[in-house]
Parts: sequence; structure tokens; C-alpha cells
Amino acid sequence: MSHPSLVTQDLTIRFGGHVAVNAVSCEFRPGELTVIVGPNGAGKTTYFNLISGQLPASAGKVLKDGVDLTSMAPSARAHHGIGRAFQLTNLFPQLTVLENIRLAVQAKSGDGRRLFRPAARMTELTAKAERYLEATRLQDVSHVAAATLPHGDQRKLEVALLMAMEPDIYMFDEPTAGMSLDHAPDVLDLIAEIKHDQSKTVLLVEHKMDVVRALADRIIVLHNGELLADGPPDEVMSSQIVRDVYLGKSSEVA
Amino acid sequence: MTQVTNGTRIVKAIVLLIGALLLFAPFLFQDVRSIEVAARICIFVVLVASYDLLIGYTGIVSFAHTMFFGFGAYGAAIALRQMGPGWDAVALGALAGVLVSIVVAIAIGLLSLRVKAIFFAMITLAVASVVMVLASQLSQLTGGEDGITYKTPEVFKTAYKLVTDADGKVVKVFGVKLNGKLAAYYFVFATSLILFIALLRIVASPFGTVLKAIRENEARAEAIGYRVVAYRTAVFVIAAVIASLAGTVYAIWLKYTGPDTALNFSIMIDILLMVVIGGMGTMWGAVNGAVLMVLAQYYLRDLMGVAAEATANIPVLPYLLDPHRWLFWLGIIFILLVYFFPKGLAGTIMAKGART
Repeated sequence: MSHPSLVTQDLTIRFGGHVAVNAVSCEFRPGELTVIVGPNGAGKTTYFNLISGQLPASAGKVLKDGVDLTSMAPSARAHHGIGRAFQLTNLFPQLTVLENIRLAVQAKSGDGRRLFRPAARMTELTAKAERYLEATRLQDVSHVAAATLPHGDQRKLEVALLMAMEPDIYMFDEPTAGMSLDHAPDVLDLIAEIKHDQSKTVLLVEHKMDVVRALADRIIVLHNGELLADGPPDEVMSSQIVRDVYLGKSSEVA
Repeated sequence: MTQVTNGTRIVKAIVLLIGALLLFAPFLFQDVRSIEVAARICIFVVLVASYDLLIGYTGIVSFAHTMFFGFGAYGAAIALRQMGPGWDAVALGALAGVLVSIVVAIAIGLLSLRVKAIFFAMITLAVASVVMVLASQLSQLTGGEDGITYKTPEVFKTAYKLVTDADGKVVKVFGVKLNGKLAAYYFVFATSLILFIALLRIVASPFGTVLKAIRENEARAEAIGYRVVAYRTAVFVIAAVIASLAGTVYAIWLKYTGPDTALNFSIMIDILLMVVIGGMGTMWGAVNGAVLMVLAQYYLRDLMGVAAEATANIPVLPYLLDPHRWLFWLGIIFILLVYFFPKGLAGTIMAKGART
């Protein structure tokens, strides 16, 4: 088995007296797609926020290829290869689709610091951005403001933005939330393609069980901020403890 | 939105027309007052455009923009006063203004750009107030409330002859004397044009897109790898430097620098009004806003005097149109403009005909 690319060690965050994520230790490897499941309020999104840096950890560590990211700002973590998509669509609404993607491309290349060259004439940036638009089938709407896209296309743009960052770690937070059944497969195909590239590590928060079954190499279960189960999909989904959590007998488990 | 609309073309055509009028202003409007107005428009276009970089593009609200303008103006004024009228004094004054602006902008930026927008605005207000008090207290250096008068380089003296004929008299072209006043105006016009073009380049660059991204969604900009605090500090410094240079140019034009011309809070309010009326986040708006506002400040009173005389026989109207009430009418014009052009003149016109 390959070395883990992303490791969380006893990762913890407290909000006052409430422990939202409690000492979660987990390793994620390239080529592996891990689905994180758990009831609402289990701490899935909070766990993501700790890894990508939107929230500061109260205790524990986040390591990427052995580098300690725990005290880094989100932008620095992005440069270390952590890519994060958000549960609620989180784009640059008044900018065009192309500009949205180009931002991610130039963040990676470091061109964001260039002051005097017109961005529109930096063809290598635009060409790269257009590749991701084609990959996500958004090329026809490249000059439309992101805010005016239909919801399904906004979710695709969210994935395209993440792909354009070219991260090592892809983190998706319910990428198909609010999508119609016609559109969801597009996004799931994109995720499957990313997973197919064996060098990438994919983390996915998802509720829909058919999605989980189709994509997951491994499932981890969070409950009340704690890691409850970790293993291959069949094993985890058939375990008694997980069934209890989902059937609402949580009080007995804790 | 980068798509080219008919509205965008109209706005660009208007800006080009204004640019052409300013370029030929000394020949088109041959009186002392018009040339004052044209020079003031040039300076304020730069000042407002650099402020737009903050408020319109990045979403930073600052009340210290006049302060940076003042640093540049006082830098040149003090240097010219102490060292005499030479280009070395101009260069040193400009450099001093720029350096002070950079240091103060970095200090304000790093100390406070992390806080919420409203607190940042308050901090800039506080710093600007302190500088205003300092300028009036340090009267040996700044001339206090009286300000400083000084001579500028020889070539800008009204009596200076750029081109002379056989008798040693100044040559006229289309009835305009080719003297130092003309040279001074074209110095103002050229530097303003260069600074404005620099701003246009900045907003079209990848850096400019990052600024817009920060305005639109700060958290996501950070998440895709942009250190937001660093970018905000950088743009705050850039805007400060440009405002400072505009201040130096204005100081050279006026040959006088005092609180009323370079530091007063009323200038800050003028800048705010110009950027709102012109349209935030467009750069072109700065041109429209500055032109409209400066014209109103200089000519609304005259216009009302004419109107009051014309309506002298009608009851009430001449009383309302009395030139003393020009500020009242200016206020009404602002309210109407904001009501009918909610995104400012340029912003609203550019949105017309936009396909979405």
C-alpha cells in the first residue's frame, strides 16, 4: 500500500464546552476515495474545515505528505495541495465562468501577483482554464456571470474550480446537494474521473447511499464528532453500530 | 462581467470624448477659470479612480484617501519651499510623499485589514484625523491653516515663454500663448493620463481579477490559494501611492498647498460622491463622476444666477434659484442621480443591453 498523503492526528475542535470534532485520527492514501458519512451535526463539514483551514484546530495535527499544516492559513494549505469544494455553492458570483476558473489556475501558477499584463492576453492561463471548462462541459457558458447559471451548472463550476487548482487532495462536501437526478451523474462522473487518476486522494461527504455504493473505496463514519467506524463499504454498511446510528439509537452507542 | 455591451461602448465613447476635450482644453476654452477646472478634473479622475480600486474593485472602505493625496501635496510643497523651485525638489517631494504613503498604508493595512470592514473604515478615519491635526499644529513645516505658497520650476511660470518669435515675444497658436501656464497644464494632463492608464492596466491584470474575487467572496479566494490580507494590503498601498502622486501634481499646478486644497475631509466626501455618481468598480465611472462633480462645483452657481435673472418676474422661483442656494440644488441632483442611476452613471449605462 502507498504512503498516506493526508493524515489527521487526534484532530479536535471545541466551541466553548461543545466538542464538535473529537480526536479524529485518520490516514488517506492516493488513489483512494473515502466517503465520510454520519447523521446531521456529526461534524463532517467541521472536520473538512479543520483540514482545509477554515477553522483552527483546538488540538491535534493535519499533515500533508509529512508537512504539518495545522497552523497554516487556508491559502497556504491550498499551495500545499489541499483542494476544497463547498457544500453551499461558494463561487465569485459577478465574475464570468471563465474568470472563476482562471482565478484558480493563476493561483496555482502564481500569476495573481502580476500587475500590468492584461489577463485576457495571457493565453496560456486562458487555454488552461478552457481545458477545465471543456472537461466539465461548461465551455458554452464561459462568458456568463456565475450568479446567472442554473444551480446544476453552478455545482459543476464548483467542481471545475477545484480541478483547476490541481490539488493532490480533493475534498467534496455533498457535491450533488440540491441537484436534479438528470444532472447529478455529470458531477459524479467527474469525481470518478479524478479518482481514476491514481495519484489523487479524494474525500467525499455524501448522504445518498447509491452514490456512496458507486464510488466509495472506503467509508468512515463520524458521530458526535468521533470516528465511529472505518473500513470497506460492505463491512461498514452492514455493521450493527452504523445501523444503530442511522436508525436513531445514537444515545445507546455513545 | 467582461462581455462587451452597447452600454459599454457608449461609456467608452463618452470617456474618449472627455479625454479629447481635456487634451485640447487650453485651445477650446480660453479663459483662466476653464483651465483651472480642466486641471482639477484631470487630478480628480486619478484620485477617484485610485479610490475605486479600493472601494469598487476590492470592497475596502477607507476614509484616508485624502490623507495620501495630502502626503504627496505637502511633500512637494515643503520640498519646493525649502529647496527652491527646481526639479530636484519636485522629485524629492514626490518621493517623500510616496515613501510616507507606503509606510503609513502598510502600517494601517497590516494592523487592521484583518478586522471587519466597518472597523477598518473607522481606523482610517482616525488616522486621517490625526494627520489633519498634525498638519495644522506643525505650522513651521506645513504653514498650519494658512498652508504654503512656493515657486515651481521655471518652465511652469506663466511668464515663461516656451516658444518665442523674432522679437522675443511669446508665440501664439490659435490665439493661445505658448507659455508656462500651458506647459503646466500639459504636465498635469500627461501625468494624470499615465496614472489613469496604469490603473486601467492593473484592473485588467490577473491581480485585478484577484481583487474582484476578494470583493465577491473573500473566504473562497483564500481557499483557492490567495493570501487575502496580503492582497488587500498590496492594493491599499498601490492606491495610496497613486493618490500621493496625484497630490504632488496638484501641488505643482496650484503653487499653493494648504488644508483646504489637499487634506480637508470635504475632499474625501467629494471623492466618495464622485465614485458613487460615476459608478463603482468600473474605472470609467471615475471619469464621469469627476467631470460632473467638478463642473457642478464650478458652474452650478453661475447657471443658477442666469436662471434667477431669467425668472425674475415670476414669484418664488427666483428666490429658489438664488445662487446662494447652489448646494441645495447640488443635493437634489445627487439624489436624482442615485435614484435613476443606482449603479452610478457608468455602471448603469454599461449594464444596459447586457445579455445575461
